[in-house]
Amino acid sequence: MVDGSLLGDANGVDPAPGRTKESGKWQKPRFSRKALMKCCLVKWIIASRKPQDKDSSDSDLELSTVRHQPEGLDQLQAQTKFTRKELQSLYRGFKNECPSGMVDEETFKSIYSQFFPQGDASTYAHFLFNAFDIDRNGSIRFEDFVIGLSVLLRGSVTEKLNWAFNLYDINKDGYITKEEMLAIMKSIYDMMGRYTYPCVRDDAPSEHVDKFFQKMDKNRDGVVTIEEFIETCQKDENIMNSMQLFENVI
Amino acid sequence: MAAGVATWLPFARAAAVGWLPLAKKTMPKPPVDNTSRSDEILYVNVSGVRFQTWKNTLDRYPDTLLGSSEKEFFFNEDTQEYFFDRDPEMFRHILNFYRTGKLHYPRHECIQAFDEELAFYGIVPEIIGDCCMEEYRDRKKENQERLAEDTEANESTDAPLPPHSTPRERLWRAFENPHTSTMALVFYYVTGFFIAVSVIANVVETVPCRPPKGKVKDLPCGEKYDLAFFCMDTACVLIFTFEYLMRLFAAPSRCKFMRSVMSVIDVVAIMPYYIGLVMPENEDVSGAFVTLRVFRVFRIFKFSRHSQGLRILGYTLKSCASELGFLLFSLTMAIIIFATVMFYAEKGTASSTFTSIPASFWYTIVTMTTLGYGDMVPSTIAGKIFGSICSLSGVLVIALPVPVIVSNFSRIYHQNQRADKMRAQQVCMHLCFQTHLDRDRDSDSTALCVKNRSAFEHQHHHLLHCLEKTTNHEFTDEMNYSELCMTESVGFRTSRSTSLSSQQGAQNNSTGCCPRRVRRRAAMRLANSTVSVSRGSVQELDTLQFKTTTIPHQTRSSLNAQPDNLKLNCGEQDFTAAIISIPTPPANTPDESLPPSPAPIPGILRNTQATAYTHESFKISSL
Repeated sequence: MVDGSLLGDANGVDPAPGRTKESGKWQKPRFSRKALMKCCLVKWIIASRKPQDKDSSDSDLELSTVRHQPEGLDQLQAQTKFTRKELQSLYRGFKNECPSGMVDEETFKSIYSQFFPQGDASTYAHFLFNAFDIDRNGSIRFEDFVIGLSVLLRGSVTEKLNWAFNLYDINKDGYITKEEMLAIMKSIYDMMGRYTYPCVRDDAPSEHVDKFFQKMDKNRDGVVTIEEFIETCQKDENIMNSMQLFENVI
Repeated sequence: MAAGVATWLPFARAAAVGWLPLAKKTMPKPPVDNTSRSDEILYVNVSGVRFQTWKNTLDRYPDTLLGSSEKEFFFNEDTQEYFFDRDPEMFRHILNFYRTGKLHYPRHECIQAFDEELAFYGIVPEIIGDCCMEEYRDRKKENQERLAEDTEANESTDAPLPPHSTPRERLWRAFENPHTSTMALVFYYVTGFFIAVSVIANVVETVPCRPPKGKVKDLPCGEKYDLAFFCMDTACVLIFTFEYLMRLFAAPSRCKFMRSVMSVIDVVAIMPYYIGLVMPENEDVSGAFVTLRVFRVFRIFKFSRHSQGLRILGYTLKSCASELGFLLFSLTMAIIIFATVMFYAEKGTASSTFTSIPASFWYTIVTMTTLGYGDMVPSTIAGKIFGSICSLSGVLVIALPVPVIVSNFSRIYHQNQRADKMRAQQVCMHLCFQTHLDRDRDSDSTALCVKNRSAFEHQHHHLLHCLEKTTNHEFTDEMNYSELCMTESVGFRTSRSTSLSSQQGAQNNSTGCCPRRVRRRAAMRLANSTVSVSRGSVQELDTLQFKTTTIPHQTRSSLNAQPDNLKLNCGEQDFTAAIISIPTPPANTPDESLPPSPAPIPGILRNTQATAYTHESFKISSL
């Protein structure tokens, strides 16, 4: 392509505007700057240096060219219950893993799946991703990450229960239906994998869901609201005791 | 994006809050974490070059020197830093591994030096990133070949003879290496001389000499001076026979000697003479006898014992056998194609030399090798066109394998030159080199015994334990699973012990839940400590996969085996690998025959390179 165009332009330099074209006579090529710029080779070189158009709708490509800087340290400190040093440490780790500043869903799934090698954690990771991605923009930024962690680790019991409810409520409509709960339960059992003792029966998730609804759904209307949920959990000693479990994680 | 597992574990654990309202059982207590929470900067002084890094960075890989408490041995109280008396250039790469999770191989560094540094810091070379792995492997292989050659050269007969050697051994050594004794050298030159004499005689006896008195026609010298040539030939053959018999006597392995190329050449060189002696003067067979005389020319190959260059050439041709074979094959194909085409193109012409396709072969060969004798020439236009295509393609086909052969020759030639240089050095230096090699080879195989279980493992273990409690099921491994499911569904009672307990020779299992669990617990603990024997082995999935042997997949048919008979042929390392290679995600597929190894490692796992993680995954499965 280059050869042909070069040859084509060797003596095919466009005459400057205003000059009459002398038909048939061979014009000595003028190496003016304009002529040079019009040379296809130069055009091609320049064109290849221009940044590529972002016409790809591939989310990976978008993410790799988009960078996100988090809000300032002070603002995050105000929004979360972490100390300055903890935030710094968290960000260092986060930035190291995700230099672009955001985690997309696929990466999130692969990260989370590493902790559960025996099972398939991708469905649960999907739900978890949606729970963290508060503004539903398809990627978790550092603020989402840290705010979520703040609730989970330093929040009050009510806040934690709220977070859990938000996780279960897949469509975020304020009610947990049986289908939603079943999906969540199935994804949790998926994480166990095939090789468990005793073997996971096919109806184990739904049986678990029924038990859950029996416990939580006070007015038997088939859905669990946030009030029912929090009320039931606060009455359950086991749940209340275990809420303190993960406070020392960071 | 390297996913550092250690960084995300706290996040995964925090997310476990989502399981709490659903849990069927109470959650287990989290492990007590005594390590200080705040991150601090560590100072590492490597031969004067000061590096600084966060403590958390180094803690990412707790199975290495820098990530474990082993670095405390290098802590200098006075300067409050860790001092290593090693190469700072190499340390840069090591430290980058901690930072980025990928180990790169610096191309300008010596491969052995790099390996030594890795071994010192407790990093397994197998986790070198894909970008540098090929280069590393090539260099390593090249180095190993070179070392193997050197050791081979050292083992050669330059070393002084062992004190009590039989005359036979001495004789063999004299034959193989003429420089060792004067007699051997003399013999070497004498045989060389006689080979030359024999070859020249063969050549000269066909030259036409002046005819004897009374005759007109020219006679070949061989017939004119019949007796002289016969005497010379006899003398040469006697020498060769004597030499061959001596070699046969002295050879350590006579069968091997008789099969070797040189001895075949020897035999072929002297057989015609004896056959000629035995054969009667008969018209019919003398034709065949003449053919035999051709074999006398093989005597020239005996020179290859005397010339290293010839040996190199022969060795090159042997090592390029596949390229030569390809060349031959492609040439044959081309010859047949073009011969056919030329024949049919020239068929119509009267007085055409292309009488048949085999006759056209000759034209094709001569044209493709650009000889062009001109004895066969196409006359039709189509013939000429195809003829020109033939000659053009001939050049290409022949030119293709030639660079490969040339490069092989160059490599072998240089290797030989190096070998000569090495041999020119002192013997004691060779010996020192040898012992040094042995020592390094030994240190590679032994690894430090590190029995540390990191906080990371505890925490990950706890996380999985929480999941177990949530669903009220336990993790188990494939072996136990198949056994348990069989016992439950089929109703068999097996007396087969689990693989874990068989490692300690435990008794056969009962179907009770708690004893099994308790025993498995104990087994797991023991297995864990034995697994973390070699630091290198735990570090990476890939490593383990390379080291593993396949664990026989327990089929339903082997249910009633005796407990003690069931010796799974796995060492600790193998066991680890088998378990770790299980994690292929979709657990719902009814795939009975999931092979324990080598399962394809999912892409995610390959990229992790987190040592603690792999250790941990072993633990999961053994619950």
